Amino acid sequence: MAVAEVATKKQELNLRKIAYEQDKEAIAPGHKLCPGCGITVIMRQLFAAVDYPIIVANATGCLEVCSGNLPYTSWRVPWIHNAFENAAATASGIEAMIKALKRKGKLPADKPIKVLAIGGDGGTYDIGFQALSGAMERGHEMVYLCFDNQGYMNTGGQRSSSTPFGASTHTTPVGSVIPGKMQERKDICFILAAHHIPYVAQCSPSRWPDFARKIRKAFEANGPAFVNCLSVCPTDWGTEPQKGLVITQMAVETCYWPLYEVDRGVWRITYKPKQKLPVTEWLANQKRFRHLLRPENKWMVERIQAELDRRWEQLLALERATGGTGEA
Amino acid sequence: MSVVAFKTGNEAIAEAWRQINPDVVAAYPITPSTTIMQAFTEMVANGEVDTEMICVESEHSAMSACVGAAATGGRVMTATSAQGLALMVEILYIASGMRLPILLALATRALSAPLNIHGDHSDAMLMRDSGWVEIFSENVQEAYDNMLQAVRIAEHPNVRLPVCVCLDGMQTSHQLENLVVEDDAAVKEFIGEFTPYHPLVDTDHPVTYGACSVSFGEDFYFEAKRQQIEAFDHALRVVQEIGKEFGERFGRHYGLFEEYRLEDAEYAIVMAGANSGTAKDVIDELRDEGKKVGLLKIRLFRPWPWQQLRDALKGLKGIAVFDRSSPAGSIGAPFFNEIRSALYGVENPPVVLNFIYGLGGRQLMPEHIRHAVEQTQLATLTGVNGELVGYLNIRE
Repeated sequence: MAVAEVATKKQELNLRKIAYEQDKEAIAPGHKLCPGCGITVIMRQLFAAVDYPIIVANATGCLEVCSGNLPYTSWRVPWIHNAFENAAATASGIEAMIKALKRKGKLPADKPIKVLAIGGDGGTYDIGFQALSGAMERGHEMVYLCFDNQGYMNTGGQRSSSTPFGASTHTTPVGSVIPGKMQERKDICFILAAHHIPYVAQCSPSRWPDFARKIRKAFEANGPAFVNCLSVCPTDWGTEPQKGLVITQMAVETCYWPLYEVDRGVWRITYKPKQKLPVTEWLANQKRFRHLLRPENKWMVERIQAELDRRWEQLLALERATGGTGEA
Repeated sequence: MSVVAFKTGNEAIAEAWRQINPDVVAAYPITPSTTIMQAFTEMVANGEVDTEMICVESEHSAMSACVGAAATGGRVMTATSAQGLALMVEILYIASGMRLPILLALATRALSAPLNIHGDHSDAMLMRDSGWVEIFSENVQEAYDNMLQAVRIAEHPNVRLPVCVCLDGMQTSHQLENLVVEDDAAVKEFIGEFTPYHPLVDTDHPVTYGACSVSFGEDFYFEAKRQQIEAFDHALRVVQEIGKEFGERFGRHYGLFEEYRLEDAEYAIVMAGANSGTAKDVIDELRDEGKKVGLLKIRLFRPWPWQQLRDALKGLKGIAVFDRSSPAGSIGAPFFNEIRSALYGVENPPVVLNFIYGLGGRQLMPEHIRHAVEQTQLATLTGVNGELVGYLNIRE
């Protein structure tokens, strides 16, 4: 059954579960993530969207250091943190063991245990990229979720290959000669799509139903699935903690962060803004982009807009070319 | 019924794996360990085992997948050599820190650079502080026997540590020898069923593996490390127990180390691995010449049975410690250091010299062993005037 068919059923996000059943949530309160951090929002939405027993393999990063702190843990689901670069490889081992135990009759064959690997953009785009690519190619049935906060935030805000052009980080500071990061952001979803795995999606916690639907499709993909999710980092983006989702949504409305999926080779944009806002709406209100709005850096904003437009058109073309423009 | 087969060391390891029938194997090819995984994948392909085989994209991912699989709850194995082990090192410490009973067959090989695919013990020394139990094998039979015992040692409830079985790359890994393959059912009975311990797969009782321990004042890092050391103390006893039980069942007895003609010896060779066989031949010749020389063959390197070694070596006049790894910047190589340290404080301590041999697969001939023994004898008469460390069969 195609992934699309599974998820076309009208599925509401279980808001009741999020609002009233905190004591049953996968992540207990009391973790040490920063106020306004996007990661917790993403994780709560994810676990609210599905009901499977899930085993989590978590790469080193903000979520990991803030949720499991010996002798305490925030996790109410089985959880393992191995190292920074190997969440996908660890999850491969978990998935393989589940298969082996089922085959040998040590685990009921129909028990729907799912495997979830989680990493930040550092653990996904950069140091964990090889392990991720390997796990996807081998076809392990797992969902790999990247919470993409566009930098190494756990070590204090250094650049990653997901950090956007022009952004100021602690390793691409705005100096008198170099005005921030001078390289474009890598497009991880395109690279994952090139693995021709069943399901790849990009999403944002500011569009809950879209995210929940994609998470459900990912878990029902019968193979490897990759979900990339924009995750606001108030600490290193320099944003107001209470405005995280509004700012995140600006990335969507400007088409800087398009919401789309690649469902067994069919590219589909799942949200098209009625009016594509100028990229300055996304760049505003973030201290890491503040210098871009100075007159002498106008060329940088123009370059960002041009690159954004090019990528958006490319996505539209891919959607048309693969027949994704119809109903999902 | 046991049968005698003609096998290489790597085939013997694969044969042990077939009998163990692990739940998950994750491995990556590297010379000289490659034929272990090749032989095993053939067994998987032919349905001789029902293992889930993961052909990973690197050794780092091999060990990472082993950690994930072992924590999920089952028997897990891998094999590697040299650079592969070096790439695994980060995760070796995590595997032992999480107390996961993973098994590793290490076909030992020289570390680059220069790149060299032949045997020495530099990789085995690289992992010596990683929290793994390390057992050396002299020949194909020992590689097989050690692999079977490793299952019991690793999974012992008082140990729960990963175990590495070393076999000398090329020499043992690739040379054909007679191998007694024990009866499948007898092996199955010896190794027993795997008992899961807080497995991730028990989703009704969720557990957290690998939590960090960084908060000042309430961190437990030090205590966790102390518990690993305690597990090593248990391992010392368990290795002996399992070795004894193996001997009673299969007729080949194993202790912490092997003593060969050591009882009345005045001089000893201390060595681990494949060249110990040559050393035994040389000792036989020296004995025929009336020289009281014996061998102490290192089997268990981690935990280091220093008290037992001290008791076995303390009455000797001189000891030639053979190391197959570089002493780079230290007072001799690891075996030498640790033997000397074990003998610290004994009355009339033996003269101990270090002989480095066989790096990158350089041959160790009987005359080199003879030379080392002569040098040691000389040093007991004249005192150690020269270097503590000598190099055998080297161009200088």
